[in-house]
Amino acid sequence: MTAPSPPAALPALGKDLVGLEPLSAGQIRLILDTAEPFKEVSERAIKKVPALRGKTIVNLFFEPSTRTRISFEFAEKRLSADTVNVAASGSSVSKGETLVDTARNLEAMRIDMVVIRHGASGAAQFLGNRIRSNVINAGDGMHEHPTQGLLDLLTLRDRFGRIEGLKVALCGDVLHSRVARSNIWGLLKLGAEVAVCGPATLIPREFAELGVQILPRIEDAIAWADALNVLRLQLERMEAGFVPSLREYNRVFGVTRRRLERAPRDLVILHPGPMNRGVEIDSDVADGPFSVILPQVTNGVAVRMAVLYLLAGGAPDWRSPAGGGAGKPDD
Amino acid sequence: MTDLLVRGGRVIDPSRGTDGLADVLMRDGRIEAVGRNIPAGPGTSVLDAAGKVVAPGLIDIHVHLREPGFEQAETIASGAMAAAAGGFTAVCAMPNTDPVTDSQATVGFVLRQATRAGKARVYPIGAVSMGQRGEQLTEFGEMVEAGAVAVSDDGKPVASSHLMRTALEYAKTFGIPVADHCEDLSLARGGAMHEGLVSARLGLKGIPSAAEEIMVARDIILADLTGGRLHLCHMSTRGSVELIRRAKEKGLRVTAEATPHHFTLTHDRCLGYDTSAKMSPPLREAADRDAIRAGLRDGTIDCIASDHAPHHYDAKEREFDDAPNGIVGLETALGLAIRELVEPGILTLPELIALMSTRPARAFGIPGGTLAVGAPADLVVLDPSCRWVVRAEELHSISTNSPFLGETLVGRAQVTVVAGQVVYDCSDCSDS
Repeated sequence: MTAPSPPAALPALGKDLVGLEPLSAGQIRLILDTAEPFKEVSERAIKKVPALRGKTIVNLFFEPSTRTRISFEFAEKRLSADTVNVAASGSSVSKGETLVDTARNLEAMRIDMVVIRHGASGAAQFLGNRIRSNVINAGDGMHEHPTQGLLDLLTLRDRFGRIEGLKVALCGDVLHSRVARSNIWGLLKLGAEVAVCGPATLIPREFAELGVQILPRIEDAIAWADALNVLRLQLERMEAGFVPSLREYNRVFGVTRRRLERAPRDLVILHPGPMNRGVEIDSDVADGPFSVILPQVTNGVAVRMAVLYLLAGGAPDWRSPAGGGAGKPDD
Repeated sequence: MTDLLVRGGRVIDPSRGTDGLADVLMRDGRIEAVGRNIPAGPGTSVLDAAGKVVAPGLIDIHVHLREPGFEQAETIASGAMAAAAGGFTAVCAMPNTDPVTDSQATVGFVLRQATRAGKARVYPIGAVSMGQRGEQLTEFGEMVEAGAVAVSDDGKPVASSHLMRTALEYAKTFGIPVADHCEDLSLARGGAMHEGLVSARLGLKGIPSAAEEIMVARDIILADLTGGRLHLCHMSTRGSVELIRRAKEKGLRVTAEATPHHFTLTHDRCLGYDTSAKMSPPLREAADRDAIRAGLRDGTIDCIASDHAPHHYDAKEREFDDAPNGIVGLETALGLAIRELVEPGILTLPELIALMSTRPARAFGIPGGTLAVGAPADLVVLDPSCRWVVRAEELHSISTNSPFLGETLVGRAQVTVVAGQVVYDCSDCSDS
C-alpha cells in the first residue's frame, strides 16, 4: 500500500509570505522550483492557466509602485484570478482610515488574498495577523521584499546553476533596503556567502552578527564577489545627510565599467530597479553583457505566480488542476 | 476616625532598618505605634497580617495619569485606583497632559481630582517649560506652593542646555529636583526601538544608546556646574548607569530611577512588531538590562518607577512606527520586581521595598516611605510569594497596554492603606 499523498490544501508555506527570514531553505527551494514551470506560461501565446480561477486578490499599494504592482498583476491574471488594485491615494486610506480598519473591510468582502505594499516595516505581518486571507508582502518599509529576494535567487540560480557557495555582495544603501534584507536571508539560508558594501552611514554593522561580511570599499566587493546586487540610492538619503552628494557617491561607490574591468572574474550584475543611472550604477554596466537586470524582471512574474499558487494551497503539480482542463501544458 | 491595627505581620521598614514580626497601630491618619502585642482598643479595626509582609506604602515617582486631556486612556481617579491595587500609596503625576501642568491652577486641578478619588495620594510634577515647549521656564515657586513636588518636561527632553542649566539653578530656591527625560532628539528622531541587531532585522529605525547617554552626561555636567538637584528618569543603558555611578562618586546631587520593563525585558521583545513592547526609552540589550539590575543592587539607581503610560486600546493597534510609546505599570511593578529581582537573589525583599518606598520618597522629598511613629499612615500588606496571572479584565487602569498580560508574576499587594484608611483590599483574591 502506498502512503497517501498530502492533501492539496496543505499549506506548504503557511498562510502568509511576510518575508524570507521565517522560511526554511526547503520552503525557499519549493518556491523557486515551482516558479520554473511558470516561466514557460509567460512564453506562451495564450499566457493563462486556471490555477487560481475564482480566487479574488486585492493589490493594496500604500506606496507608489509600477514594477512590482504590474508584476503581481500579471502573475495574478496569468493564474486566472480576479484582481482589484487599490492605491492609497484613491481610497479611504487617504482619509485617515487605519490599517486595521482597512483589513477588517477587506475581510468582510471575503477576498482570498491581499498583496500589500506599505511604508511601515511590519505592515504585512500586522495585516496577516488580523485577517484570514493570505497576505503577501510586496515590500514593507525597510523590512523585507520577499518576492524580490526570491526573483533575485531565481536569477542567480539560472545564471550559476546553484546558490550554495556563491559569493554575493549587496552594494549601496543596505540600511534602508528591504531588498537587501530579503536577499540576505534567502542567500544565507541557501548556503551562499553574503557581503554588504557601501558607505558606513548606510550599512547596519549589526549584520555582521548574522554572518554577513562588511566590505568598506566597492573595489573590495568587486574583487570578492561572483555577483553584485546593486541597490538603489534614493535621493532622500542625500537630503538626510547619509551621503554628501550623489556625485561623490558615484565616484566612490558607483559600479562602473572601469572598476569591473579590474575584477578577477566576470561578475553578474543585478539591480532591483528602478535604477539611478550614473549614481549607483553606470549605464554601460546596466546595459552590459553581465547585467541580468531584465531577466530579473521576467523571473519576477514567475516567482510571484509560484508564491500565489502555493499560498492558495496548490500542490506543486499545478499542471493538472482540479476542475479545469485548460491548464494543460501545450506539449 | 477609627483606629486601624495591622496585626501579626512581618514589618519591614527600610527607613529604620527594621524587619520583624510586629503590629502597626494607626490613628488619625498617622502611625501611632509599632511593636509587639499592641492591644486593640474599643472601636479599633483589626487587620490580620499573619504570614504577610507589612511595609511602608509603595511610592511611584513617575506615572502618567492622562487627565486632563486624555481621559479615554486614564483618569486621575482610575490611575489612583490602579496605584492602590499595585500597593502604591502615592504617585507623582507627570505634567504632559492637555493642558500641560505648567501653572498653579493646573497643579491645583490634579490635587483636587486626587482628593475626590480618595485612593492613592497624587503629587503633581510641574512642567519645566511653559507648555513643555522647551522655551520659557514655568513659575516653579507658584507650582510648589500649590503642591508640585518636582519639575519635568517628561515625554520630551529639555533639549536646550541653557534651559536645563537655568532650571537646575532656579529649582534650588524651592528645594525640588529637576527630572529629565534624557534623549538627544537629533539622534533619536524617527526611531521606534533600540538600535541593534533586532532593529536591523526588523527594518525599524533605531535609537542608539548614545542618544540617552549624551543627555545623561550633559545633565550630570550641568548638575555639577549648578549644584542643582538632578533626577534622571527611566535609565535604560549600561553607559547611563556607569555615568551615574561616577557622578555619585563625585558627590553630585543626582538620583535616578529604572522601570520594571527595563530590568525585565530586552529588545528581542519587539520581534514580531509587538507594539506592547514599544517604549521610550526603548527596551535595550541583555547587557543593558543586567547593568540596570546591578545599578539597583549597588545603589547607583535610587528607585524603581513604573513610567505608567496608559494608551487607549486601539492606539497600539497599528503599525509599529506609528504606535505610541509606553505601557501601564502600576499594577505589575511589584510582581515583576519580586519575580525578577528578589527571587533570583539580586535584592532582598527589604532592599526592594527601600527602592520602591523609602528611597523614592527621599528622592522627591515627599512624605511616606517610613513606618516611623508620627509618619503618615500609608502602608501596604503584601504577599511576597503569591503567584498570580496578569489579566486585562482584572486591571483597574482604564488601559491595558502591557506586554505582561498572561504572565505569572510573584508577589502582590493585598491591602493598601492611605492615611489610615483601607483604599484597596484584595485579601480574598487569590489565584496562587
